Amino acid sequence: MAAIFSKRNVVIGLIVLAALFPYVARNDYYLHVLTLAFIWMIAVYGLNLLAGFTGYLSLAHAGFFAIGAYALGLLTVKAEMGFWPAFLLAPVITTGIGFLVGIIALRTKEHFFAIYTLCVGYIIYLVIDKWEGLTGGVRGLIGIPAPADIGPISLSTPIAQYYFVLTILLLVILVIYRIIHSLTGKTFIAIRNSEDLALSLGISTIKNKLLSFVLSTFFAGVAGALYASFIRFIGPDIGNLNITFDLLVYMIVGGIGTLSGPIVGTLLIVWLSQNLQFLQDYRMLIFGPLLTLIVIFSPRGIVGFIAGWFTNWKLRRKVNINQAQEQAEEV
Amino acid sequence: MLETRKLTKQFGGLVAVKDVDFSLEHGKINAIIGPNGAGKSTFFNVVSGLYRPTSGQVIYKGKDISKLPANKVAELGIARTFQTTHLFEMATVFDNVVVGHRLRTQSNLLDSIFRTKRLKQEEEKCKEKALEVLKFVGLSKSVDRMVTNISQEEKKRVAFALALATDPEIVFLDEPTAGINPDETAELSQLMEKMAQQGITICLIEHKMQMIMKLAEKIMVLNYGEKIAEGTPDEINHNEEVIKAYLGGSASA
Amino acid sequence: MDVLFQQLFNGLTVGSVYSLVALGLTLVYGILHIPNFAHGALYMVGAYITYTMMTSLGLHYVFAIVVSIISVGLISVLMERIVFHPLRDSTPIQHKVAAIGVLLFLEALAHYIWGADYQQMVTPYGQVIEVFGLTLTMQRILIVVTAIVAMILLYLFLKKTYTGASIIAMAQNREGAHLMGINTNKVAMLTFFIAGVLAALGASLTSPINLVFPSMGHLVILKAFVIIIIGGMGSIPGAILGGYILGFSESIGATYISSDYSDIIAFVLLIIILTIKPQGIFAKGEA
Repeated sequence: MAAIFSKRNVVIGLIVLAALFPYVARNDYYLHVLTLAFIWMIAVYGLNLLAGFTGYLSLAHAGFFAIGAYALGLLTVKAEMGFWPAFLLAPVITTGIGFLVGIIALRTKEHFFAIYTLCVGYIIYLVIDKWEGLTGGVRGLIGIPAPADIGPISLSTPIAQYYFVLTILLLVILVIYRIIHSLTGKTFIAIRNSEDLALSLGISTIKNKLLSFVLSTFFAGVAGALYASFIRFIGPDIGNLNITFDLLVYMIVGGIGTLSGPIVGTLLIVWLSQNLQFLQDYRMLIFGPLLTLIVIFSPRGIVGFIAGWFTNWKLRRKVNINQAQEQAEEV
Repeated sequence: MLETRKLTKQFGGLVAVKDVDFSLEHGKINAIIGPNGAGKSTFFNVVSGLYRPTSGQVIYKGKDISKLPANKVAELGIARTFQTTHLFEMATVFDNVVVGHRLRTQSNLLDSIFRTKRLKQEEEKCKEKALEVLKFVGLSKSVDRMVTNISQEEKKRVAFALALATDPEIVFLDEPTAGINPDETAELSQLMEKMAQQGITICLIEHKMQMIMKLAEKIMVLNYGEKIAEGTPDEINHNEEVIKAYLGGSASA
Repeated sequence: MDVLFQQLFNGLTVGSVYSLVALGLTLVYGILHIPNFAHGALYMVGAYITYTMMTSLGLHYVFAIVVSIISVGLISVLMERIVFHPLRDSTPIQHKVAAIGVLLFLEALAHYIWGADYQQMVTPYGQVIEVFGLTLTMQRILIVVTAIVAMILLYLFLKKTYTGASIIAMAQNREGAHLMGINTNKVAMLTFFIAGVLAALGASLTSPINLVFPSMGHLVILKAFVIIIIGGMGSIPGAILGGYILGFSESIGATYISSDYSDIIAFVLLIIILTIKPQGIFAKGEA
């Protein structure tokens, strides 16, 4: 029984499910919503790597998402670059800016870091909004091309784009999985746990925090570039603080510092939002308190809650088995 | 092999450590004692590189290391523990200790992403090291237990194991037996002696005088940031100034 | 020259409001070490309550403000009880996220009740007067005078009363205050009440000059954070001084540089400061 639900089988099952979804749903709208959710997940993974595994909550994440999106938009629309070179370059540009910001931002800690990045995010938003000559200001940027065909494979249909985004998401998850389950990830976790202890264990906290920050901006950049090529129109609003808060909700509800949290949180909140259409602009009436309640009652989100429950269940089972054995021996 | 020369640390106008000259006895157990607020922890923090000294030097193997950051100091073979163990409660004992050997590995981000041979070898090395030091501190049976479920004394042992995983030549222990009952204190003392027998130099801060007098071979007494005495337990026991400091100040012994 | 003086007076007005908001933020930070991201939402709610009292109940501006500051004070206390009190032993990230949750809720609530439209608050003090060749509105004078009176009252309360002294004591040393027999729960609630009152007062005073809308608290709270970092997190004189410094820099910057980017001045200032001194200007040592 338990073997059917082994980690490996669950993962394979989920991938199959995601791959079959377009044929089951047969609905372009759902496909659109899910593709967009995948893009958000990529950004949330970036945020989670930094906040969840390294312990630094960046509130500039939407800013870097916007930089990725605008980099792709500007390179293709204004510099008339081909899609693929632009798609590769956009995350690189985001990461470069992330590196510069990170060097300075990471001199600060805890609350100062959050406030600092909050201000950085606001500046990025303001620059996009006001620098009309470059970004088009509030009018935004239109005519961003969809992903160009790769040889015979066309990426212009909704289904093709769905698979394209899904593929990148799976790659991102694989990379994050490997980072978390390797020495690099253990180093990040050591820093989250206690910077002083990490330092005295010979870990360069400066270098590793910067690495985590830069990686998080890289994933934000990838997500932004995908978003621009998927929606094909971008405005300054994608760099707004509200987007950072959305990503934060996805991460916290799913489970900060967990590997599957970004998937669970994003899917759940996106699904709820679809079903609470009547709430629209007021959805934070529910999600705001949800955020606070989760932080108070289950700091590691839904995934953390279930994992804790599961561990207890296994422990109890073990105890029961032991008791049963003891009783059997007594008999 | 490790000594401080006129080591001074000031916070604003407050002098926490003043002109301290001290050298560790190689391969032995050294101790620093003194009333609360005497500057013991600050002294540790300066020596281990968490704080930059205001003036003076820390010399290790003939080299001035007082300007090195803490992680570089650790790389040179100087490990330390903290008063609060700072362990990650929601992980297993093993997972806490396995990162201790990280400083002796080279794997970078790309190794992690592509799971290179180097990464696998080094991860294996870290695992072996973790199991080895956990065995050394007597926690072989608790490897897979969650830290939140183990006793305070076991947590201290995990902290020791972490320090040992860095392959140190010197280990600084900041109040290793704080909050622990007398029986367990005796067991931890044995562990410290075992470490010294392995050739590791030990330096600890302690409040429990009885234990120190039995355990340490060299003691330095700090009061208001200044060294007031240094010597064998016997010499310290008969030092007038030490007696005065303990009777006059907050006698926490 | 006239332009300069006019702008300096504007700076004084804006700075007064900033100081009021920053004072509440710094008090809460001093007591509980929580950067209360929801403080800007309290500010916004304060403006809306005053507005509603005036338009729906026909209350006089001054009475509307009184209702507003008491209500927001109580909302602030409620927030401390429901959200921050249960989290008192949690990690810093949890505090921040919880506060952001409250912020999102209050904004959505305002949006739901009052709509997204910009509302104009009409003040009975719209008269224009001339003083020393400067053209001033009564409202602006009211802002400056009220803010200064409020700050003096706060100062007297903190320095001259036992309850006030216990706030200061707790800001300096929480455990120590507890040992001295100070009821830390009561002090925390009181501090949140004062913070709410100050936020609502600042918002109600400035609304007739600006506009009332659900996200009006965003910029103000960001700037208030900048101010308390400049002035030292938890420092009361620092918050007041920082508020006026920012008010003046902005009004002068708007005149001589560009009004488009006047909002950015605060953040550039902050980034420069934190780049040079990562722990804020008035941070004490490493310990």
